[in-house]
Amino acid sequence: MLARLLAGLTAALAAGAAGAALQGDPKAGEEIYSRCLACHSLASDRVGPRHCGLFGRRAGSVKGFAYSDAMKRYKVVWNEKTLDRFLANPLKVVPGTDMTYAGVTDPKERADLIAYLKQANGSAECGK
Amino acid sequence: MSFFEMPTPAAARRLFLARSGVVLSGAAVALLAGNEALAAKSGGKAGDVRILNTALGLEFEGIAAYQVGAESNLLQKPVLDLAVTFQGHHKEHADVLAKTIQKLGGKPVSAKAKYNFPVDQLKSQTDVLKFAAKLEQGAVSAYLGAVPLFGNRDLAKAAASILGDEAMHWAVLRQALGEAPVPVAFVS
Repeated sequence: MLARLLAGLTAALAAGAAGAALQGDPKAGEEIYSRCLACHSLASDRVGPRHCGLFGRRAGSVKGFAYSDAMKRYKVVWNEKTLDRFLANPLKVVPGTDMTYAGVTDPKERADLIAYLKQANGSAECGK
Repeated sequence: MSFFEMPTPAAARRLFLARSGVVLSGAAVALLAGNEALAAKSGGKAGDVRILNTALGLEFEGIAAYQVGAESNLLQKPVLDLAVTFQGHHKEHADVLAKTIQKLGGKPVSAKAKYNFPVDQLKSQTDVLKFAAKLEQGAVSAYLGAVPLFGNRDLAKAAASILGDEAMHWAVLRQALGEAPVPVAFVS
């Protein structure tokens, strides 16, 4: 009985946490992505690495791109959670990264940006 | 009188340079390359060098992008002159950034041998202007995101000076595209 109660409570807490997560709007995120366009694009490596294939990719792993040592050592796989953390303050999360950008501090803007990146990763431009 | 209403490209260029470029570049040079005390004052020097090098990489790419535009045969005067003028600003930014990095004891990054621009998508003057406008908009955001990170406030001020120049480029390119040159009160 107690075990079932605890299981129910855990599930309820998990559902609550998921419900609290911000839903990103890819359309709004596309506008926010314009901030990234000096250094990044979807399909090409520029000052920063390409964003096609980002989700599920290990940090610092685009072949041929000259990452900082800090990013090469940053052993995470990019997903909504890791991107949200990094984008909030890149230099705090990965000290020594070449992404010398103060970050996207608004959680909703980050959610929108990540939603756009996720959608774009499924686009024709990334499917080439 | 606006840039595009000037009677000749040369007059327009003189007007533009008088209003922005030379003054801005002079200020940047004074703030950065001309400041011998800079290296001694710099706090968080390694971090500042890293920020400057990222900016330098961005400027090199901007120079290369304007070169693609200038050589595309898609730009007509006075827009071609405009592109060459803006490219000149980016060259000045790059020169100052590289000298400052050296003053701080760092090694400036080099321009890439090759840049992957979407040249197959550039079919008209409008395409080139849109491409340039996107890069300039991104540059504004990149500098805006870098300004608060500098340990040395003089470097932050100088980066803000470059940001202002990039913002003017973006506005003029938007004007050339027939868009509202300054669409919002704040940049982000």
